[in-house]
Amino acid sequence: MAKIIVVTSGKGGVGKTTTSAAIGTGLALRGFKTVIVDFDVGLRNLDLIMGCERRVVYDFVNLINGDSNMNQTLIKDKRSENLFILPASQTRDKDALTPEGVERVLEELKENFDYIVCDSPAGIEKGAHLAMYFADEAVVVTNPEVSSVRDSDRILGLLSSKSRRAENGEKIKEHLLLTRYNPERVENGEMLSVADVEDILSIPLLGVIPESQAVLKASNQGVPVIMDDKSDAGQAYSDAVERLLGKDVAHRFLEAQKKGLLQRLFGGR
Amino acid sequence: MSIFDYFRDRKKSTPASIAKERLQIIVAHQRGQRTQPDYLPQLQQEIIDVISKYVSIDREQVHVALDNQDDCSVLELNITLPERP
Repeated sequence: MAKIIVVTSGKGGVGKTTTSAAIGTGLALRGFKTVIVDFDVGLRNLDLIMGCERRVVYDFVNLINGDSNMNQTLIKDKRSENLFILPASQTRDKDALTPEGVERVLEELKENFDYIVCDSPAGIEKGAHLAMYFADEAVVVTNPEVSSVRDSDRILGLLSSKSRRAENGEKIKEHLLLTRYNPERVENGEMLSVADVEDILSIPLLGVIPESQAVLKASNQGVPVIMDDKSDAGQAYSDAVERLLGKDVAHRFLEAQKKGLLQRLFGGR
Repeated sequence: MSIFDYFRDRKKSTPASIAKERLQIIVAHQRGQRTQPDYLPQLQQEIIDVISKYVSIDREQVHVALDNQDDCSVLELNITLPERP
């Protein structure tokens, strides 16, 4: 039976699409048939991050309205034969998504896939609500920063009340993914630490993705950052995917790089 | 960070600890609202309807809150009646 994972955050710009692309690709590379669904109708970006923007013909709204079928709409990723992308519509708005339509599409996807990764839009309106409503698990993407943490807590409240699982008296399995983490700034007391955020949100930690130049580089090129296995962010995402699959992997990149004696004496980066 | 920083005494409250403290307060408040039962808005509406049958009150002047303290819940009603003519 397919698992539906929503990647959500409340706040915008924290790395939901980057994370959806990385986790979806990571699952596919490990042999699971995976589809990443862009719920950000009107502001689609997953296609750009995945590098398939020129291959979009039909979209999620077309599929819901019956203008196209599943085969015509899904875009097959060129890097992994297990990976597919369902792009959002760019010309419509979020009202084009209906609960019945979304449910029907997800049910059809469930028959053919192991994992369905839902890339939620920012906010708590219709798009975000529908992205989380049918989920079995949630990856809550959070930056170590006050507004993002508060919004994440708000999203956790919605996950535990406004989802199908909550309505049936079940729980969505929640995961915290801390992104744009800067260990140096944490050591200097300028940034909330992993422990601080875990303390406040009190949900299990899936991973910590360090602030990394590799993320912009990857999105510029339209390659999910997890494919860059030399980069710290790519490796951190790989670890997170392993943990999502139930493996016990130690957290990395939590400590600042040690400086040499000369650097210590004379400052500088 | 250079050698001179080691001579400066470290402040007790770092920006991060201030952030954490503020978040703990706001999140606790947020969660308090989350646990409020669904019937509260309707309860408030019905209370307003009953009272306005007898006294004309300003709807804005009715506050209903449910407080959970340990194992007992307190329903708090705060209604400001209009001044007597």
